[in-house]
Amino acid sequence: MKLIDCPSIGPRPAAEFVYGGAWRPMPDPDACSDADWAHYVFHRDGAPGVRRELWYHGPSGTWLVAERDTLSDRFLRTTSLADAVAEEGDYA
Amino acid sequence: MPLRLLKNAIDPRPDARFFTQPERLKKRYDVVIIGGGGHGLACAYYLAKTHGITDVAVLEQGYIGGGNTGRNTTIVRSNYLTPEGVKFYDQSVRLFQDLSDDFDLNIFYSRRGHFTLAHTDSALRTMRWRAEVNKHYGVDSEVVGREDIAAACPELDLDCGGHLPIQGALYHAPGAVVRHDAVAWGYGRGADRRGVEIHQKTRVTGIRVDGGRVTGVETDRGAVEAGAVVSMVAGSTPRITGMVGITTPIVIHPLQACVTEPLKPWLDTIIVSASLHVYVSQSSRGELVMGASLDPAELHSTRSTLDFTEELTDHMLDLFPFLGQTRLMRQWGGMADMTPDFAPIMGTTPVAGFYLDSGWGTWGFKATPVSGMTMAATVASGRDHELIEPFNLSRFERFALVGERGAASVGH
Repeated sequence: MKLIDCPSIGPRPAAEFVYGGAWRPMPDPDACSDADWAHYVFHRDGAPGVRRELWYHGPSGTWLVAERDTLSDRFLRTTSLADAVAEEGDYA
Repeated sequence: MPLRLLKNAIDPRPDARFFTQPERLKKRYDVVIIGGGGHGLACAYYLAKTHGITDVAVLEQGYIGGGNTGRNTTIVRSNYLTPEGVKFYDQSVRLFQDLSDDFDLNIFYSRRGHFTLAHTDSALRTMRWRAEVNKHYGVDSEVVGREDIAAACPELDLDCGGHLPIQGALYHAPGAVVRHDAVAWGYGRGADRRGVEIHQKTRVTGIRVDGGRVTGVETDRGAVEAGAVVSMVAGSTPRITGMVGITTPIVIHPLQACVTEPLKPWLDTIIVSASLHVYVSQSSRGELVMGASLDPAELHSTRSTLDFTEELTDHMLDLFPFLGQTRLMRQWGGMADMTPDFAPIMGTTPVAGFYLDSGWGTWGFKATPVSGMTMAATVASGRDHELIEPFNLSRFERFALVGERGAASVGH
């Protein structure tokens, strides 16, 4: 069974987690151009590699940021969203 | 009927091999097509047949039709939701119907009828919407009631064990299944006979761009110059677009499918349930060919999971409880290049001479003929064919999406 390390309660079965998409900086919607906003809304870095993603652990109600390799499906590191925001700022 | 069938009945000698194997890459081609699946081979075929462009190389990193062309569940239909989608896929179904004669090769085109079940009032509303759009564009679709579904498929439990009773369905009579490998082989042979070179086991490692115009590709067998480069690689699209420095909304999710052991023929229609996230048809070998929704997270892999079969079989038993003792025989996965609006990304790009045929997600096989035809016309003229204008990459900048999610997939 695949396990993911929940920052709140430790390794849990992957089936308890929900994928929340890429975690990435948001441009200021009032300051950026329409083209830049469209790019942020729709475009993604879809190439394989290590990505930072939002995941949600349902049973403990924890949002987390995971570093995951989208080629091998290996989770390299998980941090609670609160810690990630404290480190890097709020990506909204 | 293909004449070849008759010839084989009289003449015992085996057919000639399908493809010539060119020994080395030439220094230059007018057009290089990346990806030797159905789409790439169809594009080469129509370039040669319709536009007289035969100086074409199809570069395939594996073998012909070994990607998503050989991994889909072979369903062909045109009952989409948007006018752009309906017109496009209707043209594809029409082309499919003539392919056996076109190729002189039996592609086992089998018209089955296609039921998309509605288990809720809101699903039924979407079915009515689709039926009206379809009829407006001359596509044969109608909303039918429980009694019609029961008459066409008496094995179906219309109450789904009581927890999601079926209210009605969208019935699409032209819905069909096709032998997918034969489609790739037919297009490949047709292109090969007209002078196109098909290079298998040839991986593109880079694309040369000079002053905003594409000039050639680098491969693991050496570099070639090209007047135009067409990317038709489905799940590998982000790697290719990275080579020319453009970004797209495409992300890759695995899509899995599976088949049961062969059963006596009992299911002659195609049954789809969006609420239960499953679809099923019975192949001419008797296997039930089944698919479900996408894997939930992005991943560049064709691995299979137990989660997938557990969820799929659970829902299949809601529809067909008598299958409880039936065994699964094979399971596999493909890499689906998903777009935010569930419509493809096709045509010209910001790089001159570089064309995209991508964003085929979970709906690409049924578009094989029309994609080949329209992409060939686009490459020949340098302008997007009118059927694919709405699908250009630039639609995202213009916030002009083609919202096809309600009809393209069961994963919603």
